[in-house]
Amino acid sequence: MTAMPDLLYDESEEDLRASLRALLSDVDRWPAALARIDGGEPYDAKLWRVLAGEMGLAGLLVPEGHGGAGAGHRVAALVLEELGRAVAPVPYLGSAVVATTALLTCGATDLLRPLAEGDAVAALAVPFSRSPYDRALYDRVAERDGGLHGTITSVADALPADILLVPAADGLWAVDAEAPGVTRTPVVSLDATRQLCDITLAGASGQRIAGAETGRVAVRAALTTGAALLASEQLGVASWCLETTVAYVKERRQFGRPVGSFQAVKHRLADVWVDVTQARAVARYAAASAGEPGGEAEVAAALAQAHCAPVAVHAAEECVQLHGGIGFTWEYPAHLYLKRAKAAAIAFGTPDRHRAALGQLVDLPAA
Amino acid sequence: MSANTWEAAELRSLAKELVARHPVDGDPLAFLRARFDAGLAWVHFPVGLGGLGAPRALQSAVDEELAAAGAPDNDPGRIGIGLGMAAPTILRHGTPAQQRRFLRPLWTGQEVWCQLFSEPGAGSDLAAVGTRAVRDGDAWVVSGQKVWTSLAHKARWAILLARTDPDAPKHQGMTYFVCDMTAPGVEVRPLRQITGEAEFNEVFLTDVRLPDDLRLGAPGEGWAVARTTLMNERVAIGGTPVPREGGPIEPLVRAWREWPEVRTAGLHDELMRLWVRAEAARLTGARLRQQLAAGEPGPEGSAVKLTHAMLTQRITGLELEVLGEAGLRHDDWTLRRPERTDVLDRAATHRYLRAKGNSIEGGTSEVLRGIIAERVLGLPAEPRTDTTVAWKDLPR
Repeated sequence: MTAMPDLLYDESEEDLRASLRALLSDVDRWPAALARIDGGEPYDAKLWRVLAGEMGLAGLLVPEGHGGAGAGHRVAALVLEELGRAVAPVPYLGSAVVATTALLTCGATDLLRPLAEGDAVAALAVPFSRSPYDRALYDRVAERDGGLHGTITSVADALPADILLVPAADGLWAVDAEAPGVTRTPVVSLDATRQLCDITLAGASGQRIAGAETGRVAVRAALTTGAALLASEQLGVASWCLETTVAYVKERRQFGRPVGSFQAVKHRLADVWVDVTQARAVARYAAASAGEPGGEAEVAAALAQAHCAPVAVHAAEECVQLHGGIGFTWEYPAHLYLKRAKAAAIAFGTPDRHRAALGQLVDLPAA
Repeated sequence: MSANTWEAAELRSLAKELVARHPVDGDPLAFLRARFDAGLAWVHFPVGLGGLGAPRALQSAVDEELAAAGAPDNDPGRIGIGLGMAAPTILRHGTPAQQRRFLRPLWTGQEVWCQLFSEPGAGSDLAAVGTRAVRDGDAWVVSGQKVWTSLAHKARWAILLARTDPDAPKHQGMTYFVCDMTAPGVEVRPLRQITGEAEFNEVFLTDVRLPDDLRLGAPGEGWAVARTTLMNERVAIGGTPVPREGGPIEPLVRAWREWPEVRTAGLHDELMRLWVRAEAARLTGARLRQQLAAGEPGPEGSAVKLTHAMLTQRITGLELEVLGEAGLRHDDWTLRRPERTDVLDRAATHRYLRAKGNSIEGGTSEVLRGIIAERVLGLPAEPRTDTTVAWKDLPR
């Protein structure tokens, strides 16, 4: 077994956290987010321009020689943690993590540069619910008569994308999202801050960036890295839910005293705190292990989703419950966190799939 | 030398010098005394009391060096209460004479300690203790009953919390003593428990005379002294590093690998849930140690005991189900007096039953959740009615 990696945050990560939190703590954020959802334009293009363009955060995983910052997974995970705290509607996970990892694995460096520099957004065209262990990812799209044909449903971060990375039986294809024959249909999504869409390809032309085998390796790596770093987003969601709920139950009075002085409430929040504390260690481990050779990245990613996904859901459910009636309203943001947490627990495979995969990875067979 | 100028390398070389001067294969007690006198017992203690005033985190460098040299162990499994609870309390509240008298034989294991805190009517509500201590000239006369006392039958000394002023509110009327376990009037009876064995004792104190120089801290300030003890009891700093699948889950995963015929889908998912939680707890412990090493201790330590209790109970429960027929068979119900709580050499049924104590002993899980809620999350305390009334007037 490898030595235990550093699970703390370093000074530059804390500096980045502070500037992200300042950027994301705009007081008009919730009304603006709800207005975007009601207006059918969930993505915050202006925020994305700042993150990807001005701050250069879309290129954290990309080496400097290809236009990125070469900063690695731990820093990208920190960014996701803060984006999770804000349920920020930007395609960071889909473009800067998942699609970027696929392109890096294929060595498609000419497509990487515009992503890293914030000039383009890319999405891996697989259903958001697919786990790294799914085999049925390559049978939806086929090349026929020089064009790609097929339908892929419930794809995340593809609506704002310029480039779609499409797995097919014969390899991985890069398709211009605006090209003739490409249709993207928005889906009414549980998580409206990360809206899904269905993609139909009817004779769309594309560029094959990897053959069948490399394509499969790239898709698995992309989904594994996505699962590993999604844990940090889930940590951010859970942290916000815990802190906001603790602050609320200190203020809210019922039966003549603060709600947070009741043992029934205190014990539930103590349990959430223990869970979040552990989720932080697990998410940092997944970030530190991402991209590591020798299968530990897969163990760490499966562990992270098996642990952090339920923690975020539980924290968000407690947030709604312990806020009482206000937690059930549209105007209060608790529902955005619950929706993000539950959708994220399905993304890249449900916790039970990751537990089953872990059983294989650590030699604890199911039967 | 100031605390932060010490480095692990320096302490390692001091440990090497000790081994060079005092061969590890001689009299174990003589070696341990020499180690204490060299300040390598607990390096964060003051010079002259077994330490060097060095950072606590550097102890592991000394321990590793001496373990590698094959030096004798001071047997912390047997002297844990002395090391973990009595010693830090004596260091903080004891007189120089008490520190000189007690710390060295405590650390070497020559004198075993126990803790006379809990009573039949004062468990989680420890400040409700009713054992009386009455001043009589230059001594105190102690009467009452204590319970759940590990190692009382081996102990030379005990830390004792007793009520000295029944007219004061309950937290203010207590005094803290060191109890001489060989004094007339101390009677120790084994307390048989759920596993059939007796790790613990009942201790009956009948007119036990304790000289006043066994008092620790001022009369009436026993609660403040006891809090030092309790805080040290709960300094769960993540423990020592364990490998993946180390600790309570080890026998479960071994059973799973060895017994393919009992595997079912339901057991498998539960196994993996517990594997994930055990690994999460392990990583949390590792992160906690990294925080301590970086000099920024977080509050995560208070989660460790809570998590450990829950996990051990669930793991040992699943282990019985995985074992099936073997899980129905216990190894031994005869009354034993184990010196340690090592459970890996016992039947799985023993592990299952013993784990039920993990959420009760050393602060129940309910009490720990209350502590996390109030001290870590800053939630308001429960309203109380027992803090201003004289102890003798409280309903019991």
